[in-house]
Parts: sequence; C-alpha cells; structure tokens
Amino acid sequence: MKAIPPYRRPYVNTQPEYLFPNYASTVKRAPREPLVVLPHTLSEVTAPVFGFGEIKPTDSDLTRQHNGEPLGERIVVSGRVLDENGRPLPNILIEIWQANAAGRYNHRVDQHDAPLDPNFTGAGRFLTDKDGRYRFMTIRPGEYPWRNHHNAWRPAHIHFSLFGQAIVQRLITQMYFPGDPLLDYDPMFTCVADEKARNRLVSVFDWETTMPEHALGYRFDIVLRGREATPMEKRP
Amino acid sequence: MSLRASTSQTIGPFLRIGLEWMQIEDLAPQGVAGERVRIEGRVLDADGKPVNDAAVELWQANSHGKYASPEDSQDKPLDSGFRGYGRSLTDDSGTFRFRTVKPGRVPGPDGRLQAPHLLMTIFMRGLLKQLVTRVYFPDEPSNADDPVLSLVPAERRASLIAKKAGDGILEWNVNLQGRNETVFFEF
Repeated sequence: MKAIPPYRRPYVNTQPEYLFPNYASTVKRAPREPLVVLPHTLSEVTAPVFGFGEIKPTDSDLTRQHNGEPLGERIVVSGRVLDENGRPLPNILIEIWQANAAGRYNHRVDQHDAPLDPNFTGAGRFLTDKDGRYRFMTIRPGEYPWRNHHNAWRPAHIHFSLFGQAIVQRLITQMYFPGDPLLDYDPMFTCVADEKARNRLVSVFDWETTMPEHALGYRFDIVLRGREATPMEKRP
Repeated sequence: MSLRASTSQTIGPFLRIGLEWMQIEDLAPQGVAGERVRIEGRVLDADGKPVNDAAVELWQANSHGKYASPEDSQDKPLDSGFRGYGRSLTDDSGTFRFRTVKPGRVPGPDGRLQAPHLLMTIFMRGLLKQLVTRVYFPDEPSNADDPVLSLVPAERRASLIAKKAGDGILEWNVNLQGRNETVFFEF
C-alpha cells in the first residue's frame, strides 16, 4: 500500500482555539485536556460523496421556496471552492443557513423580537460544479442581538457548511459583508489573531455577478485544507 | 500556488435550519452486509448538562473495511446502499443515535490494520471549530494494538471505547470537560 500523503496542518493563527473566553459559550464546552495528534490514515483522507439527485434547483434559490417573495434585498452569493494547493474542488456539498432580512431565524430557540417572514426559511444547498463554482440567490440577512456581552450584536452573516474529499477537510464557517461596522466588535469574527485570515471571511462586492435591476452580487471563495506534497516515489 | 484554508467559525445555535434536511441516523438499510449495531450517547458540558444543539457526524468503512470514497483504492467490495455517513442532531437530553453496521478493518499509517472504528466529527454552539474523535468497539481484541489508540495515554483510552448497554445498544458519551473528558484529536 502506498503511503498516504497527509493534509497540511493549520497555518499559525489562522484557525481558532477551542477556548476563547470572549465568546462566553466556549468556557463550558471547550476541551481542556491536551489533544492527541491524529495521523491521517485512510479513515481521515476519505469522505462521503453526495449526488445531484439529492439537490433540487430551488435549493439554491432561497427567494423561491415559498408561494410569495421574501422581504428584503435580493443578493447573489457565489464563489469557488479550492484547496490550499489552488485546485478547484468539484461536487462539494455546500449547505447554508441564515437569518431573514429583519435578523430573525426561523427556529424555535430564536426569541429576538423581530418579525418572521412566512416566505423565507433561510436554508440552501448546492453541489459545486466541475470548476468548484457555486451560486446562491438569497436575501441579505439582518444583524441581530445576542446575549454574549452587554449590547452584543452579530454582524450580518450567512452560515456555510462544506464537505471535502477528505473528512479532515470538513469546514463550517460564516460569510460576512464588506464594510459591516459590527465586525470589529464580534468575538466570532475576531477569534483568530491573523488579520488576513479574518478578512477572508468577508465577501466582496462583485460587479460581474450583479444582476441589472434585480440583485447585488457578492463573491465568497472558500479554501479547504490541501494535501502535503506527494512523497517522492522510491526508485527501484 | 499556496493558499491558506478558510477560518472555521461556530455552527451556532440555529444549525437545524440548514442541516436537519439530511439527518441520517439509520445508515444501513436492509440488504447491507455486516453485523448490525446501534450506537447512542449524550453530549455533556463541563457541568454535566446536556448539549441540545450539537451536530454529531459519523464516517466509517463498510463491513469489508472499504470506504465509499474515490480516495479508497483498496481492492475490496463496495456495498451499494451504504455510504458510511451519518448525521444526528442532539435532542433536549443531549442524545444522538445511529443504527449502522460494524465497520471492517482498514489499513493504518504503517500498513498494519486498524481496529474497527467510527470517525466522529462534532459541531456545536460554543465550539469555534469541530471536535474530532473516534469510537472503538468493546470486546474487540484488535483494540490492543490499534496504531491510533496506542497514541492515547492508557488511562484515557476508555473514553474512546463504546460500552455495552441494554437492548444491544452500544453507549458512547461525549464529555466535553471534567474527570472523564473524552479524548479529542488534533486533526
């Protein structure tokens, strides 16, 4: 059996630590014992494959999942999924979820005093194409308060969940919007020290995908872990 | 070309909106080969309180020790109808549950076979990135020389081995902190 090239370990300060007391919920949930370094065996470098039969066209248009149109500003969110070696990743399942335009989630535990929208669920799914591209039509989510600290507000964001070709590439992250004044106050956004890493969570306004008289475009590229260079084959 | 992987962010409390559509607690419909197993457990925080907003995801080989993934080039049979992926969202008691088949053995880092195991990925509010851990099976002689279990301090290995509970259920709990903190891996 050939040696399995492992996936790269995170670059310094670009991934959060488990314990980050500014985000209060980490205190009772972050593990305290040292982690054990897991070698990347066949179990870690494989991952489930999802099929196009599992995804409907309306799954990627969050404005067309009910009889009426949701309130709020329509936006197009699109981008590419690459690995750290710059390889586009096709057939990657992306799942997204978000608040409505008023900053309210369609979820029983969201008690924020803002209206629900009967025409907006806030969930979408997409399988990346052969070039790793994806595209969602949705509405711009609202900001909302949370109880982490006094007068805490989450910046507008969309949750993204991605599978890779290896289970160790699995990623859940959040996409933010350019120029949001709440970003600097948000312990989730500020959870990593590396400023460039933080800023890669902020989408960019995209003229190319903006639809005339219909919707602004935002581009959000996502990078999953890449493999270390393949070990040199031993000469006979 | 060298890029940096995107930064992980918490799944937050509203995960059900996006992830509940693909909850897969029964991985092995009729006809899938292998010994049937049920794995159940609870996710508990530092105070022993149930975590009712976690996503527990399972990844495993089939009963022949083959992953349903193009990255697995072993010459072993695939089992149609068995993907080997499960997702259970915890309920108010912090409970997750899976019905599946016991996986076969797969090669480890040095080519030796690993003991049968499930790879678990756990997300929740309060975690800025996922936890990764493994579940091994009780009464399994191959646990003794498993190349990954042997990396874990001996006194902590029990947290990775499911226990026999009643009704043929294997119980495996996730203790986020405390005296019996589950072993988590840097992945």
